[in-house]
Amino acid sequence: MSRDLRGRAAIVGMATAGMGEAPGFSAMELLGQASVAAVADAGLAMSDIDAVFCATSAHAFPTMSVVEYLGLDARWFGGTNVGGSSFEMHLIQAALALDAGLCDAALICYGSNQRTAGGRLVSMSEPQWHETPYQPRHPITAYGLAASRHMHQYGTTRDHLADVALAARGWANLNPDAFARGALTREEVLGARMISDPLSTADCCLVTDGAAAVVMTRADRARDLAQAPVYVLGGGVAVTHRSIVAMPDLTTTGAAQSGPRAFEMAGVAHDDLDLVMLYDAFTINTILFLEDLGFCKKGEGGAFVEGGRIAPGGSLAVNTNGGGLSCVHPGMYGLFLIAEAVTQIRRQAGDRQVPDCDLGLVHGNGGTLSSQCTAILGSEATL
Amino acid sequence: MSTEPQTGPQATWERFLDEGRFMLQRARGSGEHLWWPRVATPSGETDLEWVEASGGGTIHAITVSRSRSGTINVALIDLDEGVRMMSTLPGVETAPIGTRVVARIETVGEAPRVVFDLAGGAGA
Repeated sequence: MSRDLRGRAAIVGMATAGMGEAPGFSAMELLGQASVAAVADAGLAMSDIDAVFCATSAHAFPTMSVVEYLGLDARWFGGTNVGGSSFEMHLIQAALALDAGLCDAALICYGSNQRTAGGRLVSMSEPQWHETPYQPRHPITAYGLAASRHMHQYGTTRDHLADVALAARGWANLNPDAFARGALTREEVLGARMISDPLSTADCCLVTDGAAAVVMTRADRARDLAQAPVYVLGGGVAVTHRSIVAMPDLTTTGAAQSGPRAFEMAGVAHDDLDLVMLYDAFTINTILFLEDLGFCKKGEGGAFVEGGRIAPGGSLAVNTNGGGLSCVHPGMYGLFLIAEAVTQIRRQAGDRQVPDCDLGLVHGNGGTLSSQCTAILGSEATL
Repeated sequence: MSTEPQTGPQATWERFLDEGRFMLQRARGSGEHLWWPRVATPSGETDLEWVEASGGGTIHAITVSRSRSGTINVALIDLDEGVRMMSTLPGVETAPIGTRVVARIETVGEAPRVVFDLAGGAGA
């Protein structure tokens, strides 16, 4: 596999907006705020942006809408929609387009007001005709099915799922931008109302507002801009299915394919990583991705998260913003994984800062464990 | 076996269901079954014929969906033909993974659907 893309492009600007609740703002206004701030963070002007990548839950043609709203003169764009993992895909696509000279400064952006707009998950996802008669409430039905199978096959328990939720809250309590903060006990997690067995309300991500944006340039230009560059070292993707019934193995996601591709391109090993950002739409996700990305063996993810291993003070820093479970989850969460990795690698994470954080993995998930997109990001020291 | 009707696989399957028949597609050459009805199997076979499902299956995964509108289970059933299908067991709240089940066609409201009962008869 080619390593040609390693370190060729970097994230040079990043911002978030409306994290948690942003009453009175539309999805596009939040996206616009984050984009304006990310461009300024890079020390660039909006007129420097000549490529845009985006996917939203609210727009049929988000690329057109964003180009118009921000007044961009885009000579390249991408709108791949693979659910919440879209933004890891966009990151890799932007690196490719920059490296090929198709553009010079790429904006990746997302915004949603779904909490204040109604408080329910907004999705444009169409029902699958062969599933509709059984009234699945996707996404949770699909994740409940996957969790039931993991428990059956590997002895994973609701206590293990609780370990994931408690670790996320532990990190959120160190992050002033996290929406769900405050004490949370194992008893409260285990006693939460069941929604789709074995998953309860405590196993589900938040429904918040929020927007994020990153700006990317080629590495040579990145060094002359306002912030320390965060380089794209590797990326890999995989799509295994659309309907949960067609998932080849309910206990193994496409992360088992996307992860090795990303590690190969980056030329790094698991022990090199300082930070691991996993798309935790549900608690079972974290366990599945730790296994599939190779941090432990298949079936051992439950035992892996015991004893606070991924919580603050544990041996592996996972989802240090508090994750989709306790920080922010405005419908599509993928760009917030990247935002946290940038924050950590820039050493701007305050109380939750991971010491000497130079190398981070971000892993996006989309659909019903359908799309898996992995990227590895690093500081100048990792080149 | 049936001759191929002149509609797409989805409409054909739904017409069979309206007649009270639970049908599956099968590739003539490879013998591979297919769920749900499509124009080709995932391995690319297009020599498809319709065959009656045996109705036997095993619960592969199951979740109980609890909401204000009620409690229902949603299950993935491994059919004896080697394909996996989403369905439900209307007669029970839930059942262990690995339990043997039998298909029947249920009509509640306008459209018929394939559901499953425990093979032992409980909850049927």
